[in-house]
Amino acid sequence: MSNNGTMLIDPIVIERKSVTAPGFPGLAAATSPERMRLDEVTVFYDGVPAVRGASLAIHQGEVLALIGPSGCGKTTLLRTLNRLTELTPNARQGGRVTLDGEDILEIEDTALRTRVAMVFQQPNPFPMSIFDNVAFALREQARRRPRRRELGPLVQHALERAGLWAEVADKLDTPALRLSGGQQQRLCIARAIASGPEILLMDEPCSALDPRSTSVIEELIHSLREDLAIVIVTHNLQQARRVADRVAFMYLGDLVELGSTQQIFEAPRESATSEYIAGAFG
Amino acid sequence: MASVEPLPQPALELPPRRRGRRSSLRSWRRGDRVIFVAAWSVGVALCVIAGAIVIYLGVEGLRYLDPKLLVTSPSPSVDQATSGGFLDPIVGTVTLAVLGTLIATPIAVSAAVWVVEYGRPRWLAVAVETAIEMIAGTPDIVIAIFGLALFQLGIFAPLSFRSSGGGVYGRSFLATGFMVSLLAMPLTYTATRNALQAVPRHLREASYALGKTRIATIRRVLLPSVRAEMSTGATLGMGRIIGTTAIVVLLLGASLQTSPQGNVPLLGFLRGTGTTLTGYVFANSPSGEGNAPQKAYAAAFVLMILVLVLNAAVERISRIAGANTVQAGRLAR
Repeated sequence: MSNNGTMLIDPIVIERKSVTAPGFPGLAAATSPERMRLDEVTVFYDGVPAVRGASLAIHQGEVLALIGPSGCGKTTLLRTLNRLTELTPNARQGGRVTLDGEDILEIEDTALRTRVAMVFQQPNPFPMSIFDNVAFALREQARRRPRRRELGPLVQHALERAGLWAEVADKLDTPALRLSGGQQQRLCIARAIASGPEILLMDEPCSALDPRSTSVIEELIHSLREDLAIVIVTHNLQQARRVADRVAFMYLGDLVELGSTQQIFEAPRESATSEYIAGAFG
Repeated sequence: MASVEPLPQPALELPPRRRGRRSSLRSWRRGDRVIFVAAWSVGVALCVIAGAIVIYLGVEGLRYLDPKLLVTSPSPSVDQATSGGFLDPIVGTVTLAVLGTLIATPIAVSAAVWVVEYGRPRWLAVAVETAIEMIAGTPDIVIAIFGLALFQLGIFAPLSFRSSGGGVYGRSFLATGFMVSLLAMPLTYTATRNALQAVPRHLREASYALGKTRIATIRRVLLPSVRAEMSTGATLGMGRIIGTTAIVVLLLGASLQTSPQGNVPLLGFLRGTGTTLTGYVFANSPSGEGNAPQKAYAAAFVLMILVLVLNAAVERISRIAGANTVQAGRLAR
């Protein structure tokens, strides 16, 4: 199994053009700058490798999907990008991750995580009102908490971008946990984008949702990518095909192949990729 | 979201409530049958016992309870008609319940948060757990004697007063408040710790992933999540405080009237001595010095009403506070 990081990075910029399709406005900026770069990232849990030397780059305005069978390390790889792996006491990490050229270990964790936001598999609103959920990230840990009047427009903007405003505009003060599952997940997206992150990580954001909510969120991903880079982990190959510009296939901790969505699904270079795509294993 | 025009619905008749055939008790395994019958009988027996206590105390209490007793202070007299009511014990019970809960809750919640969210070094967390378990298992009378020994130390003189001979009296509402807080603390601690452990990990991570520190996560996400359990624990602890007798008899000065120390309004009251409803019931029971069972019944009745009201409050608090928590959200969906 090859794990050829260096080869994978450069051709992509060229290939990105070939995937450009109507309705994929984010791709217009095909020469968009690189924002994050992973260099030989390895993660061990209790001494057992979960990710083995993954290297890739994440560009402004793209949607990068991580696919692969369960336990292949895609969620772990995602969690290295905002240093959530550090919260797991038995995890060790090697390699280097940079954000705009700066090593993320050099950035304060709280600052990094406002720039690299995350949406989880389970919708997880906090036990507070809809408004407070979205305002959560905006309320700095400063001595003075900003007033509601100042936060109002920002909260509204985030909810509008998450496509939830029309449904909740008149009940901002009701508990967020009263919303439906799909609404809760869109609320979590609104919460994550409220503080204006540059990268949005999504860990199987639709796997707990019904098809209708899933399609709403996929549309949302399309519209969000205009000003964010999105990295999405998904089990659902069709979803990867629908939303991603580039796809990375991982297997047993290795980053096996990275390419444009079209190339991965229509002409995979590695046999493991083609078998997985064809449904030989999962 | 776009709305879809609903199809016209033909009127449906509501079917009658029916139940299909179920397995008969006789066809069960013997073990299952024994457990089934035992569970029913124990449940019914508990209800009967609780009902008997309430009815007995209700009948006896109401027979002797005169509204005047609630608003008059006890006075030393051999004649029951002039020995007054139990206003002071009611004030004492409420004061101790509030004081003890105010002391116990912050300590218990902080300890629970530390054990669950930090818990390093491990041995210290284990030591904290063990210490709280030991406090929970200590009999009231032991806590009372320990308190008496402790608060008679010179440095604790400000909590009560120094007698003319120079000895520290060691008995006061403040001293008792600290000791009864030990009764409430394990209950609040356990409730909070269990609730924190039940908060799903992804909720914490969601907060960290938004750039929040651990302490901000605790304050803004975790404590609000466990509000219901926390207040239930605190209210149960309050019930424990209201029910204790030994600590009150030994540490509150065994005076049926509240007798403040000094002239500072609230502080003087707290540094002074008094009694609670339980102390009053004890003093008026045949084993106490008052030996006025009628008054003991009436006071016990008031005490029981207080506890029942508190229990109803627990129910209500946990329902209101729980309406906005993760668990409730899961149920609502």
